[in-house]
Amino acid sequence: MSLRSRLSRLAGLFRSDRRDREFEAELESHIQLHIDDCVRSGMSPGEARRQALIKLGGIEQTREAWRQQHGVPVLESLVQDLHYAFRAMRKNPGFTCISLLTLALGIGANTALFSVVNGVLLNPLPYPHSERLAILYQKSAIADQGAVSYLNFLDWQRQNETFTSMAAFRQQSFNLTGEGEPTRLSGHEVSADFFPALNVKPVLGRLFTADEDRVGGAPVALIGGGLWKTRYGSSPSVLGRGMTLNGERYTIIGVIPESFLFYNGYGIQVWTPIGRWNDPTFRDRRISMGLNVIGCMKPGITLDRARQDMDRIAHALAETYPDADKGMGISLVSFKQDMVGNIAPFLLVLLAAVGFVLMIACANVANLMLARATDRAREFALRSALGATQGRLVRQLLSESVLLGLTGGGLGLAMAANGTRFMLALLPDAVPRSQEISLDFRVLMFALAVSLIASIGFGLAPALRVWRTNLTDALKEGGRGLAGRRIRAQNAFVVIEMATALVLLVGAGLMIRSLGALWSVNPGFDPRHALSFQVAMQPDLGSDPAHIRAELRKIHDAVRNQPGVVATSVVAGALPMQGDSELPFWRGDEPKPATEAERKWTLFYGVEPDYLTAMGLHLVSGRFFSEMDSEHSPQVVVVDEYFAHKYFPGENPIGKQINVELLDLKPEIVGIVGHVKQWGLDTDATAKVQSQIYVPLRQIPDAVMPLVRNGISMVVRAANDPGAQIPAMRKALASNNAQQVVYGAETLEDVIAGSLAARRFSMVLLGIFAALAVVLASIGIYGVISYLVGQRIQEIGTRIALGAQRGDVMRLILGRGFALTLIGVGTGSVLALILSRQMKKIIYGVSSSDPATFAAVILLLMAIALLACYVPARRAMRVDPMVALRYE
Amino acid sequence: MGEGKDVRQGTLALMVLKTLESMGALHGYGIARRIEQTSGDLLSVNYGTLYPALLKLEQEGYITSEWGVSENNRRARYYRLTRAGKKQVERETREWNQTAAIVARFLTPEESQ
Repeated sequence: MSLRSRLSRLAGLFRSDRRDREFEAELESHIQLHIDDCVRSGMSPGEARRQALIKLGGIEQTREAWRQQHGVPVLESLVQDLHYAFRAMRKNPGFTCISLLTLALGIGANTALFSVVNGVLLNPLPYPHSERLAILYQKSAIADQGAVSYLNFLDWQRQNETFTSMAAFRQQSFNLTGEGEPTRLSGHEVSADFFPALNVKPVLGRLFTADEDRVGGAPVALIGGGLWKTRYGSSPSVLGRGMTLNGERYTIIGVIPESFLFYNGYGIQVWTPIGRWNDPTFRDRRISMGLNVIGCMKPGITLDRARQDMDRIAHALAETYPDADKGMGISLVSFKQDMVGNIAPFLLVLLAAVGFVLMIACANVANLMLARATDRAREFALRSALGATQGRLVRQLLSESVLLGLTGGGLGLAMAANGTRFMLALLPDAVPRSQEISLDFRVLMFALAVSLIASIGFGLAPALRVWRTNLTDALKEGGRGLAGRRIRAQNAFVVIEMATALVLLVGAGLMIRSLGALWSVNPGFDPRHALSFQVAMQPDLGSDPAHIRAELRKIHDAVRNQPGVVATSVVAGALPMQGDSELPFWRGDEPKPATEAERKWTLFYGVEPDYLTAMGLHLVSGRFFSEMDSEHSPQVVVVDEYFAHKYFPGENPIGKQINVELLDLKPEIVGIVGHVKQWGLDTDATAKVQSQIYVPLRQIPDAVMPLVRNGISMVVRAANDPGAQIPAMRKALASNNAQQVVYGAETLEDVIAGSLAARRFSMVLLGIFAALAVVLASIGIYGVISYLVGQRIQEIGTRIALGAQRGDVMRLILGRGFALTLIGVGTGSVLALILSRQMKKIIYGVSSSDPATFAAVILLLMAIALLACYVPARRAMRVDPMVALRYE
Repeated sequence: MGEGKDVRQGTLALMVLKTLESMGALHGYGIARRIEQTSGDLLSVNYGTLYPALLKLEQEGYITSEWGVSENNRRARYYRLTRAGKKQVERETREWNQTAAIVARFLTPEESQ
């Protein structure tokens, strides 16, 4: 097409009216000329006109062909299609509202969930080269992903060939004192390479040097942007200022950006160099004190290549230090996997579920459109007789769908923007990286794509229907000829909806059953009326064991004397579901194991006599501790049932001795208590170290006391609501010593709930999605049965007139609905059996094909479906034969 | 009437141009009749298809149109060739002849050797 022609046609779009009128006149004259000719050759005027029209090939067709040449056809007809579509939407507000709402819900839920998946799983971590970051763990008898001992870390750092940098970090809280109220600051002790490995630059000042990261290095600290803002007013003069952390004077040398994110979120406030720490335990190769290692791999190095490199080092270390490192391995995980890996299976199941919801929404809208397309069959037949091609009609229907889909998508996006916030606010701890979740470009594109796919999904069926329709039939029968086929299509949609809703219900049901199973798991302690918290002791306490013991006693008494406190205990070592501590041991009647691999490990709790009551443990046999078990009396230990069965099978362990070398203890077993689910209700059974020992706090030797001082917890049993006790605890300890800080106070019920957060998040969302699916599917089946009743109203009237009982009519209609439901439920059950296997990772204590869940869900869905059919069935029953027969 | 050959797209444009060249200004009905007659009634033109072709030629600038009065006093739109149209007729005729000659050679192979 020449440029001139193109321009002229484009211009035609705008000045079409005058040109159209002229063409009308031209056609008119054409026909007149033709008639004149025919009449001259002897034809009657009527016959002449007929001949002229036949020869022309139809006035409308000619007009349409001429218009196609006249304007830019696609563009023009698109404008026209949209115009029609808009008019059609406005003309039928009920249909439009229901479809838009359905679509907005479907697309909104999808977009909201996708924005979570996008923020958490898809987006790279917010570091440059984040794909090169890996977390390194020590693999041992205790854990596949265990903490690393500092000396091992130093060797890994020195000997590796695949990392540009490798750094150690260890969570550490600091008491900030000396300026106003003592404050608890969250922080990390890190090696000098930490920030370079993450590629993070300070906003002010500098990072640690290697010289500061060793014994005797100057006490320097980095602070977070948040602390800098709130405490120092973002002043640059903060550099060089001193701050007293845990009783030691540090100099601030730099500020880390506020946007710095690490694992659980932003807001880490202080970093200090780890290498200054000169504790002999810390520098014992056999002991890993909560140290973790992160490395940045060299460009082009894969995780597998780095693994080989680290395996080599592990072998070398095992040779050199058999006592500590024999049997020790190194496991590597990508940083992202480590941060969000646990949540991935939950999110993917949810994304699939929400996709199903959209499918049901589309089926519903498709059904509505089918119903309308049938009503409009006459309109289409007429338009097509007037010259519209079938392609053009299909295009118009599709434009209507797309307009509907995009509008629904827009509404859905608005819902998603609020829904995401709501979802995350509902369960803040469930999702890591939740601060990074936002509606970014990718989410917008996703919403657009989903809207378009949905539009085509629900628009295609009615469009195909028009495509296949025989115009003459449609005109003749006034649209009723289509009804049979339409009902078949509608039935198919209802079956799909029912099946999908069933799949979602099964998913939700399995999650509910899992949580129920988890809640009914006995944690081994009594969480009701109990709470726990951590105490940071005053920094100037010193390391005199007698002093520390006296102070622990004072803390115990301060808490014990609070009104409403039934029992309390100071705890050193592990605390159920909150922190673990393991020790190697061997039976007193066996020799010391020669290698690391043969060593047996046990969880260790250093507790006071009241721990049994405070925690609510179950004493199986023997006795628990009393005030008589002191540093001067014989050494005693209490073990749990697991320990007893595993290490003294078939024997009575009471009276036997074990050897706990690291604590320098050879205690005698005096009692057995029930097993406590240290590792959480769901994962305890698969943990590597499950056996547990309890040692009297007072018998922990002097040498270990300074370590005890670094981290103690308290468990309190209250007479009433334990949460209400928390402020009183704080006050009591503050009045005992103003420099002590209480933190991490939580009721034990909350602790258990927190350990199930991800599951609860999935359960709540799956529940919402399933409910949505059931509602949509019920609307679907209600619509179809209503339509059926409307179609057969004459027949029903006739039947009643001929003597059919109203109950028969009711049964007839309900039977139809029941049949559809049955097919849907059957299909859905098979589908659910296949799909629920994908949920194995996230369900607990229930089989993925749990018959009880399936039965309950099937009954529920059938009941709801029958209810949805009952309303139109009642209407059918009440049909007045006279009215029905007069109808039309 | 129905058994005549259909007019191929593109050829119709040339026929219209050629008709206008030989007949001068002519209205749509006249052009259609003339084409039919020239072809010895072998071609059957659905007269309606003529109008998009006329419009296209006009958009391309080969013909112009204006309202006039027919021999028996009917108002009608008359089309006539522009200068560009005359050139186009020459060009198209030349091309058509060439094509026809080439096709002819293929259809009578032994003579073309």
